[in-house]
Formats: sequence, structure tokens, C-alpha cells
Amino acid sequence: MSSIDQDRGGPAQPLLGLRGLKKHFPIRGGMFGGAVATVRAVDGIDFTVRKGETLGIVGESGCGKSTTARLLMRLLALDAGEMLFDGEPVGVNDQAGGIGLKEYRRQVQMVFQDSYASLNPRLPIEDSIAFAPKVHGVPAKEAAERARDLLAAVGLSPAQFARRYPHELSGGQRQRVNIARALALQPRLVILDEPVSALDKSVEAQVLNLLMDLKEKFGLTYVFISHDLNVVQYISDRVLVMYLGIAAEQGPVDAIYDRPAHPYTQALLASRPAMDPGKRRMEPPLTGDPPNPVNPPSGCRFRTRCPFAEAVCAERVPLSADLGGGHEAACHMAVPGSGHSGAGRLAA
Amino acid sequence: MSDVLDRPGLAGTAAAAGTPLVRLSDLHVKFVTRDRTVHAVNGVDMRLDAGEVLCILGESGSGKSVTLRALMRLLPKTARVTGGIEVGGRDVQAMDEGTLADFRGGDVAMIFQEPMTALDPVFTIGRQIAETVQRHERASRAAGMARALELLELVQIPSAKRRLDAYPHELSGGLRQRAMIAVALACRPKLLLADEPTTALDATVQIQVLLLLRRLQEQMGMGVVFVTHDLGVAGEIADRVAVMYAGKVVEEGPVDAMMRAPLHPYPKGLLGATVHAGMRGRRLTTIPGAPPALETLPKGCAFAPRCPEAEPACLEAVPALRGPVPGRLARCIKVPGAAS
Repeated sequence: MSSIDQDRGGPAQPLLGLRGLKKHFPIRGGMFGGAVATVRAVDGIDFTVRKGETLGIVGESGCGKSTTARLLMRLLALDAGEMLFDGEPVGVNDQAGGIGLKEYRRQVQMVFQDSYASLNPRLPIEDSIAFAPKVHGVPAKEAAERARDLLAAVGLSPAQFARRYPHELSGGQRQRVNIARALALQPRLVILDEPVSALDKSVEAQVLNLLMDLKEKFGLTYVFISHDLNVVQYISDRVLVMYLGIAAEQGPVDAIYDRPAHPYTQALLASRPAMDPGKRRMEPPLTGDPPNPVNPPSGCRFRTRCPFAEAVCAERVPLSADLGGGHEAACHMAVPGSGHSGAGRLAA
Repeated sequence: MSDVLDRPGLAGTAAAAGTPLVRLSDLHVKFVTRDRTVHAVNGVDMRLDAGEVLCILGESGSGKSVTLRALMRLLPKTARVTGGIEVGGRDVQAMDEGTLADFRGGDVAMIFQEPMTALDPVFTIGRQIAETVQRHERASRAAGMARALELLELVQIPSAKRRLDAYPHELSGGLRQRAMIAVALACRPKLLLADEPTTALDATVQIQVLLLLRRLQEQMGMGVVFVTHDLGVAGEIADRVAVMYAGKVVEEGPVDAMMRAPLHPYPKGLLGATVHAGMRGRRLTTIPGAPPALETLPKGCAFAPRCPEAEPACLEAVPALRGPVPGRLARCIKVPGAAS
């Protein structure tokens, strides 16, 4: 196979690098069906995915995390931004030194939340798993063999399950099939978009354990998207917190969970149930719902719900401030001399 | 606002002191269709005192929502319900249609996971609340609207006066959930049934709605039966928890004791499988397998095939509930204490 199968830039080169990622959706209406408004679903985010790590992306509904997943997979075209996969620009033609989309998608696979909708109901699961390798030129016999091996790897006995249809499986079993299908092309990066959110707790734990085992076994890199802060903390090495289409904060998992710098991250973490009836929360950390991404607030997008908002927050968009150790927060309080009265308190 | 809180219970329905608000005895619900029979609830006994919050905790298919709906007779025609259902000392099973219509919304109200399907999309929020008040209290339309405004303020909807004229689709998810709570509380029910009302909400909104419900429950002295699959949510709102598995209560007790040290292997496994802070790097303990199909009932303990502590005796007969300490019950032969 092509050279991109192997690691090229060495362990220090990010597997995926993204700069200025943007996706706006026009809302059509009016007499001539023109764009009357724009949903700024993803509005300029930068991040990298390092080789062998799990990057968790958290945020509430409407923050753009699923749009980000679809952009990473190139199921949506970028409006602006740059994508580098192991140092190579994605989606430009091969002669220019980049990776074509077909080749890129062989390297990057995705698992969706809805385990039923993402499988063909008319195909036995074995055929669903073998489908993509066949498309990419693997002989049918070899593809079927690979499918059976993968079923075994995700804990479903091929003898018992290979010929079953999706409706004959439970939710947890179907999600295992989706994971096997994502691995069938031997990808290097797997994007997991809320993979356990629809599962019961006892099954969720089984699938999380499986994901950890497969990562080790196949040397995978994960982007794990979830609204569940506990699950993200459990599985991630680094975390990206999104709010209304922008990156509010990112950094190593312990820095984010132990020393959250952005007021939004602090509130999000404080909103988790205490798991101890003796330590119940008395006041909600935030009031109101996240605003509509059609008309995000000026300046800092979180300022309308932020307890520390000041005049400067409405005037200027906060830039990402480096807090050391790869920990960044887009908040005026993290930037010394930003004009916010609490500025610099958080600086490293 | 004070008017909403101070109003006494509906005349003629006040239960004698000492009578529980809800009493379920040996409740069975099965769904019978031409092709198959599903035994959803298989002998549930439950009691709720006035002003108490009981969480029914369980995974999908455990029978928790069916139990809740049986309390208000909201089950479809295919359901065969047997056993005793008493609310405020009255037999719900024996009510005729007219009595039932007064009972629902008047004495008992329910809130759901998805407010968009619980609210009527073609009427404003104000009209929907006022209609409930007019229907149950024979109030005038103006009085109904006045109460609607009080209620929107009570559930902390900002600019309540303006929101009276809003249609459900014009509200955000969190506000819609609050509006649905306002409709439910319109006639100050003594019993509120909540079916996963915070499951579809974002984390920062979920905690707001939970705290609101807890505050309203305390102010109005309502009894609440709250169905959830989330241990963390139960920890925030419950006084007592009943854990259901395969249509039976397998453990019941005060929430703090239950969350600190569950007795039954199923909630033990559930606690180990629920990811919470400080578990990073450790392998999650899981419950192997999946819950049983409920077409045929197992002869013994339904959890035995997944249970790490199971022994042959578990498959012989359904274990009785045992009470090792006062106030706690577990349906497991390994739990010490006399069978009750």
C-alpha cells in the first residue's frame, strides 16, 4: 500500500493538524431563497491531534462538536482552514504532495452515535464490515476473513454473529459492529462521535473498555466527542472544550479538570452531579441556555452567561492564552494587560 | 406567587394522616399482542409518603417508565395491569373516565423527557397553563392567565409576561422544560411524576432544572416519583431510591446509603460501571451480558446469569426482599436478614 500507511514525520509530528477551521451554514429564506442568516457552527478553531493520543472534545448542544467531527472526516467541505494529516495537506491532489480524499478517508474512520442508522439494515453485519475493504480493492475472500477477525476482536463470536442483521442485535452489540467496521480499513485515526451516549451504563462501560483495548492493540489515535464530562475525563489524554463554535480551552486532561482556567469550563465541570447526596449543589453554576449560534454575542461568546464579564469582553474577541504545558484558554482573564480587572491572575 | 404555594390540598381528596400518598401492591403489567407477550413489570410493591422524593433507577427495559405510567393509567390498551394502585387512598384502577380526567392534572401531574411532544405546538404557553386551571378549578379565563403568569415566574422563566404569548417552538430547550413543569404544577398536584425530565438537557441546564424541581418540591410539599437511568441525577434529587431490574425492584433504600454501599450485586455493578471522577487509567468494572428479554420470566433471580456472586440456589426461585437494616431492602439471597 501507499507510503501514508506508515508513520512518516516521527512521533513528534502531529497526526492531524488543524488551523482556522470554519464551517458556516446559510439559513435560506426570503422571497428569492437567499441566505437570510448564517449559523456559525464552527468559527475558526485550531487544534492538533498527536500520534497515539485520545483527544476528547466536549461541549453542549450547538457548540459545533459534531460539525467538527464531520469536518475532520471531510463529510462536510471546509469553508476555510487548513488540514494536515501527518504533515501532508488533505484534499489537494497527490502531485502537489498532499493526500487525496479517498486515501485520507482510508486513514481516518468514524463511529457515530446512532448505531442502527449507521448500518445497512439489509446487509448481514459481516458484509457491512467487509464492504469498505472491498471498495478499496481487497479481494472478497480476504475482506470476509478480515471482517470475521474484527468481529472476534470486538468481542462478538463470528460463528454466532457474522450472518446476523443489525435488527437482531442489541444496541451495545451494534455499536461493537460499528467499531469493527471503522477498523476494517486499518485506519490510523478513529473519530468517535458520542459512541456511548445511547447505551445503558452497564453496556457503556463494556464499550469503553473495548475502545481502550483496541487502541492499544492496533496502535490507534482517537478523537472522542462527547457531552459526558466524566467519560471524556476517563478516556482522554488531552481535552478541547468548545463553546458556540470556538475553542474555549484546551490542554492536558489533568490541567483541564484540576485547574480549569476558562469560566465556561469551570461552570461546566461544576454542573456535574456530585455523586454524593451529602454534597448536593445549592446554586446552579450558570443560568440560562447556550445562546443561538446564528447571532453569537460580540467579543467573547461566553460573556452573556459569564459571571466575570466586563466591558472589554464585549469589545474584543479573546485570543488563546498560553498557560504552560500546552494548556490554552481563550479568556481575557488569562491574558495579562487585556484590560480585564482579573487579567493575568491565571497566567503561568 | 404566594397564592400558588399556600393553597391547601383539593377538598375531598385529602388522605387521612398516616396513609401513604402512593401505594403499589404486587403490580404486574404485561403487554399482550398477537405475536408475543412482554412481562414488563413483575410484582412491584412501593410506597411514597407525602412530600417525599423517590427515584426509580434502572436501565432501558427495566420497567421503570411502565410503573410510572401505571400510576396515572397512561398505558396503552395492550397493557394488562393487575395489582393494587392507590394514590392518596383512592384506587386508581377503579376510577371511571370522568374521575380519571379530574385526577390527572388535578391530583397528579406528569413531566416528560421531551417537552416538545408534551406541549401543544399550536397554543401559546400561557393558554396551555390557563386551560388546565380553567378545566380543573372552573376558573375564568382571566384568572387562568393570571395564574399562568405566576407559574412562569415560579419556574424562573425570565421575562415571564412576554413568554406567556410564546409558542413552544420559540423557546430554548431549558425554557421549554420549565414551561412544561409550569403546566404540570398549574393545579398544585400532590404527586408529581417525572419521566427522565433532564435526560435530554445539556449539563449546565440539567443542574438548573434539577435544582428548580427540588426547590419547588420542598416549597409545595409534593410527593415526587422521579424515573431516571442516571445515578448522579438520583444523587442530586432523591430521598429514597428503588432500583429496578427486569420488572422487579431489586433494592430499595435511602439514597445516601444506596450510593455509598449498595447491597444487591446489580446496583453494585452499576456503581462500578458508572464513570466518575478519579477513575482515569483504571479498567471499568462491567456487568457482562445484557438484561433478559421479558417474554418468558426466569424461574429464579433475573440477574443471576450476569451476577458474579450467583450460585445454583439463585436459579431455583425468585429471592424474596430482605431487610438487613431498617429502611433498606434487597432482593438477593446473599444479603443477610430475614425475608420480609
